[in-house]
Amino acid sequence: MRTPFNHLAAPMHFYRWGARLVPWLGACTVVLLALGWWGGLVLAPPDYQQGDGFRIIYVHVPSAWMSLFVYVVMAGAGAVALIWRVKLAEVLMAASAPLGAWFTFLALATGSIWGKPMWGTYWVWDARLTSELILLFLYLGVIALLAANEDRRRASRAAAVLALVGVVNVPIIHFSVQWWSTLHQGPSVGSFGAPSIHSSMLVPLLVSALAFKCYYLTVLIMRARCEIVERERNSAWVREMLPR
Amino acid sequence: MPARHATAPGAQTAVLEAHRLTCFRGGRMLFRDLDLSVAAGEMLEIHGPNGSGKTTLLRVLCALTEAESGEVRWRGRPLRGQRESYLASLRYVGHQDGVKLALSVRENLEVAARLGGGSGTESAIHRFGLEAVAETPARALSAGQRRRTALARLLLGPAPLWLLDEPFTALDDDGARLMQELLARQVEAGGAVLLSTHRPLAAGSAGHRRLELGR
Amino acid sequence: MRPAPARSAFLGMLRRDLLIAWRSPVEVLHPLVFFVIVVTLFRLGSGPGQHALAALGPGVLWMAALLATLLGLDALFRSDFEDGSLEQILASPAPLPLLVAAKVLAHWLVAGLPLLILSPLLAIALGLPDAALPVLLLSLALGSPVLSLVGAIGVALTVGLRRGGTLVALLVLPLYIPVLVFGTQAVTAAGAGLPPTGALYMLSALLVLAAVLSPPAAAAALRISLD
Repeated sequence: MRTPFNHLAAPMHFYRWGARLVPWLGACTVVLLALGWWGGLVLAPPDYQQGDGFRIIYVHVPSAWMSLFVYVVMAGAGAVALIWRVKLAEVLMAASAPLGAWFTFLALATGSIWGKPMWGTYWVWDARLTSELILLFLYLGVIALLAANEDRRRASRAAAVLALVGVVNVPIIHFSVQWWSTLHQGPSVGSFGAPSIHSSMLVPLLVSALAFKCYYLTVLIMRARCEIVERERNSAWVREMLPR
Repeated sequence: MPARHATAPGAQTAVLEAHRLTCFRGGRMLFRDLDLSVAAGEMLEIHGPNGSGKTTLLRVLCALTEAESGEVRWRGRPLRGQRESYLASLRYVGHQDGVKLALSVRENLEVAARLGGGSGTESAIHRFGLEAVAETPARALSAGQRRRTALARLLLGPAPLWLLDEPFTALDDDGARLMQELLARQVEAGGAVLLSTHRPLAAGSAGHRRLELGR
Repeated sequence: MRPAPARSAFLGMLRRDLLIAWRSPVEVLHPLVFFVIVVTLFRLGSGPGQHALAALGPGVLWMAALLATLLGLDALFRSDFEDGSLEQILASPAPLPLLVAAKVLAHWLVAGLPLLILSPLLAIALGLPDAALPVLLLSLALGSPVLSLVGAIGVALTVGLRRGGTLVALLVLPLYIPVLVFGTQAVTAAGAGLPPTGALYMLSALLVLAAVLSPPAAAAALRISLD
């Protein structure tokens, strides 16, 4: 059974602490993003093969990293929600899903924009892009399941099961798609993330990635606070807080 | 809303207890801080208007639904961690019959016996007067006969706890009388009964209490 | 009362579902007819020539089998949910994952096995090389239970929802991708005279994984859906 801590205090405390954290995290996001993009878009030299076209990696690579990261966070929060019945974990899981889907979409969009000059077409069935597309489908499934159930608690617990099933499947799907693409196309066409990247390009990339993490945390806390108020609208502390 | 209690004065022997149960359905509060307990050889009737949470309460008590807060205890220990042994000691007849229409009365009861670990299909059929339709697919039965089939599950082996949601629905006078008799026998044999109903049962015996929901 | 012996509960559940399917054989035929129609439509949609189809054949057969399985799966828990039997199943002391496994097995025997038996006929109609037929059967034998097992999770998650049917497809189809890839690969390889063993091993591994993980996941999903 739920302890009083899990039951009431955690969402309420999170709501209050979150309010204090959001401005700081937001400021971090802006500063890190400015630094990373200044380093990447202005300071870093053009790539000797791709020219200035490579600079899209400062959006694409952090998005792609985040797309997977958020899915794992979502599944982890889902596991905590299912095993220990922590309400806050349910909220964080539900609030993560649209953010993860957005990162995935961004990674796909920038990938295909980059692909037009490099491959001569917006879309190739490259193993990484295909896996990313399937990841987007997995996110859409979680979002659809969250939306289909009127009871928020039941919805997020069902979505947690789906996210856990998905996280077991992500490596399998990736492996199967890689298997498929090597059999069909030969070795995949040159892709991002070359092993030897110069530090003048790498450092801004890492800073951008950190900025994306901060952005995720900021928006996650904002979304989770909204979700908490909606879920706890019957509890005393929310009633006190809301204007009548 | 004040907390309501339906706890017997000397409830040391309580087999099933609920402490401070709070339930919401679709954002609407059904009950808050509800306490109840049933002892062996006791029957607790749950009354209340439609939508007062009788069905939800019974579903919480048989571990189908989780309460928003509060705790259910069986023989002094929380349900969590002893779900299987708890479910093995109860018989639940829900709001719906749970009778497969493609199967005959006998087949339905045989499946229930397999799942619940009970036996005595034939005597249950006999007790509920279903011999004549025992081989008929439930599709061809009347609502009352289907209810009898659902209730006949109660007789598939003894169980210390019965949880019944509106057991009298669709039963004719004979059926209702039979059900009253079975309830009395279960209580006499030291079993506990928790049931929701619209029609108050003929009270009188010592171990017969009532709980009003939604007041 | 003593808890039900697990074996007895499993067999009881299996027998119950097979009996119900036996009593309404027309419903059992739906996915099978769907399977044949989809293959026919693919054939008609790919023009009168034969050459393009030889390459697409394994994919068409696997896609049709996959969609037919998905169509049939919706019935796995829905009728039990509607008449209250699912509540009885969840309130029974028998281990729920075991009962789910029994239901999935019954469903596969009724819906998956006939697809398997019918598939060589359709393969011949699509002009698949004879060498590919045993591999097609083997890959379906290994892969179609995975489809049923994984699909059961999706159906369990949506059983109480009004628009469950289309949602199941959205939830489950991405999870079917590995089965589709390895199944198609095995048949294609065999047709081209290459060893299909690698893909078949993968399918076996998927089957083991799904058989172990899917029943408890579907059981948890059912408890949530009925909460």
